[in-house]
Amino acid sequence: MADICSLKDAVASHVHDGDTVTLEGFTHLIPSGAGHELIRQKLRGLTLIRMTPDLIFDQLIGMGCAAKVVFAWGGNPGVGSLHRLRDAVENHWPQTIEIEEYSHAGMANAFVAGASNLPFAVLRGYKSTDLKKFNDRIRSVICPFTGEELAAVPALRPDVGIIHGQRADRKGNVLIHGIVGLQKEAVLSAKRAIVTVEEIVDELCPPANSCILPHWVVDAVSVVPGGAHPSYALGYYERDNSFYIAWDTIAKDRNVFIQWMEQHVLGTGNFSEFRASIDGIWAEEVHE
Amino acid sequence: MTIADFTTNEMMTVAAARMLKNGTVCFVGIGLPSQAANLARLTHAPEVVLIYESGPIGTKPDVLPLSIGDGVLADTADTVVPTHEIFRYWLQGGHIDVGFLGGAQIDRFGNINTTVIGDYNNPKVRLPGAGGAPEIADQAGEVFVVMRQGPRSFVEKIDFLTSAGYLDGGDAREKLGIEGKGPTRVITDLCILEPEQGSQEFVVTSIHHGISREQISAATGWGIRFANEVIETAAPTQEELSTLRALLARTAEAHQKNK
Repeated sequence: MADICSLKDAVASHVHDGDTVTLEGFTHLIPSGAGHELIRQKLRGLTLIRMTPDLIFDQLIGMGCAAKVVFAWGGNPGVGSLHRLRDAVENHWPQTIEIEEYSHAGMANAFVAGASNLPFAVLRGYKSTDLKKFNDRIRSVICPFTGEELAAVPALRPDVGIIHGQRADRKGNVLIHGIVGLQKEAVLSAKRAIVTVEEIVDELCPPANSCILPHWVVDAVSVVPGGAHPSYALGYYERDNSFYIAWDTIAKDRNVFIQWMEQHVLGTGNFSEFRASIDGIWAEEVHE
Repeated sequence: MTIADFTTNEMMTVAAARMLKNGTVCFVGIGLPSQAANLARLTHAPEVVLIYESGPIGTKPDVLPLSIGDGVLADTADTVVPTHEIFRYWLQGGHIDVGFLGGAQIDRFGNINTTVIGDYNNPKVRLPGAGGAPEIADQAGEVFVVMRQGPRSFVEKIDFLTSAGYLDGGDAREKLGIEGKGPTRVITDLCILEPEQGSQEFVVTSIHHGISREQISAATGWGIRFANEVIETAAPTQEELSTLRALLARTAEAHQKNK
């Protein structure tokens, strides 16, 4: 049964130091507001799972929340590098992080296996890539029917799954539509699930075949308007491409990054305050 | 017929776009592949089916997406499926004719690195990583690669094998039982390369207008060879150029507006 509460309370109740946490959303509905709350509550030693780490992982890594990152593609989409991820991997700043690296197909299958209560996923792949040389959890199985060798990856079973959806009703049933990525799997594979939404409505009125997460698979639902910024929420707002471009400059320099995070994330109480604090000023700031 | 003024980048995108046939089902990577695939759709191949790994199938964006999952891809798609379905049912299921990829490094056998420069455990440059590319490279019917050519990207030895070309050449790929045919074209800003039958080493088969063999050799980190018969790549037509320029202008304007 979903508890409808503030994001602050949701994170405090369900996320603990050392947890394995996934924040999913494939370029759409990225739970940025929830990522900020993990940083504000100074969570440490997290294993962070995300198929495409982007700005929120850059922030979590740079602020020292991550002990390990499980991923397939870590970049700033359409812009370039994640400088904080790179600094951690290349220079061990602010600390050494362990990385466990797959391809998209491997992680997508691993989430499906987790949601299906299976220990591992079977797929065609990893026949030649060097990824398996550096990740000993990419293994193989023999098909008991044909004798064919297939790739196997362990199921993803995070402690906490965090996603952002368009809206929920008063019971906590969640509606997601548009590019749904691996959000359903992130919730169903996790022990506990937090969903942030744009709004809570009396009636969801879901279009046929839309992605619904019933309230009884979600632990907490929090209203975080604009909570996917700078990504987008179909039907609510568009992707803030200029923020992705600006992030490159903010994240490039350790001091600029820390100062920016202290002022805009640690220095604000929630995502609405964060949005107000960057409204119209970040562009000038980074060009100074 | 006069040859219009065009840049080497425009020639690359146009040459890459021409590779896609009308009706081809194409799995599109972000960046240069996306530009070329959409140019094909807007010129000679209106029925080309574009699939992006975030879930849109049969998408027809009027501006180029900045990310692999921009809203415009979902808004204009025939259908949007969950990401795992893209990889499991559509790619692994064998429904993709062409995978369109880019890369940071490529070798003479079309093997691609998008993971690290230097040692994996102590990298000089940590690149974004594999994403969807390894399985696209394995399972698409064939693969087209589009990359700018230079001695640091066209290298004797890639630092990390992210996505398979022909591995060590010859029948190495086939022997491993990799499903798809592999890379059949590499399109650059200087030329078009194709695998030489037997060795599977990429050789130059078409040189873009105004480019010399010396330029190509200087931009390649291995002793690049030229096919016995090398043709000149037809210059972009006025239609190709104006369509590409209009697409890029619309894209720039749309992304500016989102500020």
